[in-house]
Amino acid sequence: MSDATPEEMMTIAASRALRPDDVCFVGIGAPSAACNLARLTHAPDITLIYESGTIGTAPNVLPLSIGDGELCDTAVTTVSVPEMFRYWLQGGRVSVGFLGAAQLDKFGNINTTAIGDYHNPKVRLPGGGGAPEIASSCGEIFITMKQNQRGMVNRIDFFTSFGHGDGGDAREKLGIATKGPTLLVTDLATWKPDAVTKEFTVVSLHPGVSREQVQQTCGWPVTFAENVETTPAPSALELTTLRDLHARTKAAHSGDAA
Amino acid sequence: MAKFLSLHDAVAANLSDGDVVAFEGFTHLIPHAAAHEAIRQGRRELTLVRMTPDIVYDQMIGLGMAKKVVFSYVGNPGVGLLRRLRDAVENAWPVPLEIEEHSHAAMANAYEAGAAGLPMAVFRGYRGAGLADVNPNIKMVECPFTGEILAAVPSMQPDVTFIHAQKANKKGDVLVEGIVGIQKEAVLAAGRAVVTVEEIVDNFDGLHPNACVLPAWTVSAICTVPGGAHPSYTHGYYGRDNVSYLEWDDISADRERFTAWMQANVFDASPEDFAGRVTKFRNAT
Repeated sequence: MSDATPEEMMTIAASRALRPDDVCFVGIGAPSAACNLARLTHAPDITLIYESGTIGTAPNVLPLSIGDGELCDTAVTTVSVPEMFRYWLQGGRVSVGFLGAAQLDKFGNINTTAIGDYHNPKVRLPGGGGAPEIASSCGEIFITMKQNQRGMVNRIDFFTSFGHGDGGDAREKLGIATKGPTLLVTDLATWKPDAVTKEFTVVSLHPGVSREQVQQTCGWPVTFAENVETTPAPSALELTTLRDLHARTKAAHSGDAA
Repeated sequence: MAKFLSLHDAVAANLSDGDVVAFEGFTHLIPHAAAHEAIRQGRRELTLVRMTPDIVYDQMIGLGMAKKVVFSYVGNPGVGLLRRLRDAVENAWPVPLEIEEHSHAAMANAYEAGAAGLPMAVFRGYRGAGLADVNPNIKMVECPFTGEILAAVPSMQPDVTFIHAQKANKKGDVLVEGIVGIQKEAVLAAGRAVVTVEEIVDNFDGLHPNACVLPAWTVSAICTVPGGAHPSYTHGYYGRDNVSYLEWDDISADRERFTAWMQANVFDASPEDFAGRVTKFRNAT
C-alpha cells in the first residue's frame, strides 16, 4: 500500500508503537486515532483511558470530545475525574501517555497554553488539561504531530508539560522518576531521544520522505541517527482499518445523531 | 433539603452578583439551561469556575458576566479555541477577564478537598510545568514524612454549584450516572447546589446499590428541565449535539453574529425550549 497520505502514515506509525499490554492515557485528536487503530489491529486488548474517567474503552468511532457517551458505553468501568487523576494516573497505573502538541521543542517539552507572553498572549490556546501530570506520571510519553515551522520550534513560549527540559538529566533533577518522551511520530519521520542529550533524533524516515523535507518543516537543526531507516509502508489492513474508522467517525459527527 | 422550584426561581434564589459559581459537567451533563437562566437574569461580576469551560462559558464571558474564570482546559472540545474568551483575554472585550489556570489534576484535587472540608489539596504534580510560575495559587510543600516535594493548591469551595443530572426522586435525591466527572465533588464542595434533571420519578427502586446518588439534604434546589444539558448530553436520555459544537466556532467568531445568536437563542428563549432541541438526539445514547 503506497497511496497513504502523510497524515495516515503518521497515525499508522504511531499506532505501531503501542504494545498489546499497554495501559494508555489517550490525548484527543491525532493520538486518539493512533490508539484506536492499534486496538483495531495488533493490540486488541490494549487498555485505553480517556481523562473523562473511562477505563478500557473501545469506541466504534473516534470521539469528538474526551467525554463522548460512547467512551462510557464501551468502557470496562467509568470512574470520577478525581479518581482518574489520583488513583490511576498519579498512582502509577498508566504505562504510556499519548499526547499531541501545538508547539514542541527538540527535548519534547510541549506548549498548548499560549503563543507569546502568558499574561499578554498573541494567541490564547486551550491550555494543558490533564497534560502536565500525564507528562510526569505515565511510565513514558509518546507524542504525535504534523511537522511545520510554527509547531516544531527552537524555544516554546510556555512549558505546559515538561519533557526533557533542557536535556540530559533534567527530569531526575526535578525529582521526576518516569521516562518522559521516548517517541515522536510526525507525518514525515519517527524520532527518538538521544540516550545522553535527550534531543529528539530522526531514526526513521517515512517512505518517500527526504532529510531536506524534515529539516524544512522543523524549527531546530535536525539531528539524524547514524543509521536512518525507512518506516515500513502501511499494510493493507492498517490502511483500510484506519480509513474505515475515519469514515465511521465522519458519518457519526456530521449530520444527524449517530 | 432540596426544594422543587422552577429554574427561574432556583437561579434567582441561589445566584447573586459577585458569586463564585461552578456550572460543572465534564463534557457530559453540562447545565446549559441553568447558565442560560443566569444570563437572562443578568448576573454580573461572577467568578466562573469549571475544569473544562466550553461554549456556555464562552457565552457568559462574551456577555461580560464574569470578572474572573478559574479553569484547567478552556476550549471547544475537538473543535478548537473559545473565540469569545480569546476576545476577552486578548482584547478585553466586552470587559477585562482575569484568569486563574490549573491542570485537571489540580482542579479535581481542589474540588475533592473542598468536598472533604480541607483548606488545600496535595498531589504529585506541576513538576517542570510553567503554570507553577504564573499562578500564585500553586505552591510546593514538603511531605513531613518522606521529604518528597508535592504540589498544593487551595481547595475549591464555590458559593454555588449548578449541575445537570439524569433524575431525582420525589424526596429530592439525585441520580448521576455515566461519565460522572466532577459532579458529586462540585456539589458537596459548594455552599449551595442547584440541580436540573431530565425527570422526577417516584423512587429509585431497582438501582444499582452503588449508584451515584446525592441525597436530598445535599441539594438546595431541583428543577425539571428536559434537555437541559443541550448541546451536551444526558447518558440514557439523548446524545451529544456535535454539530452545535462545530457551529459555535463560526457563531462565536464575530461579535455581532454572537450577539444576535444570544438574543435569538437565549434572551428570547426559555427553559422549556431545551426539550425540543434534543428530540432528534434521543435515540443516540
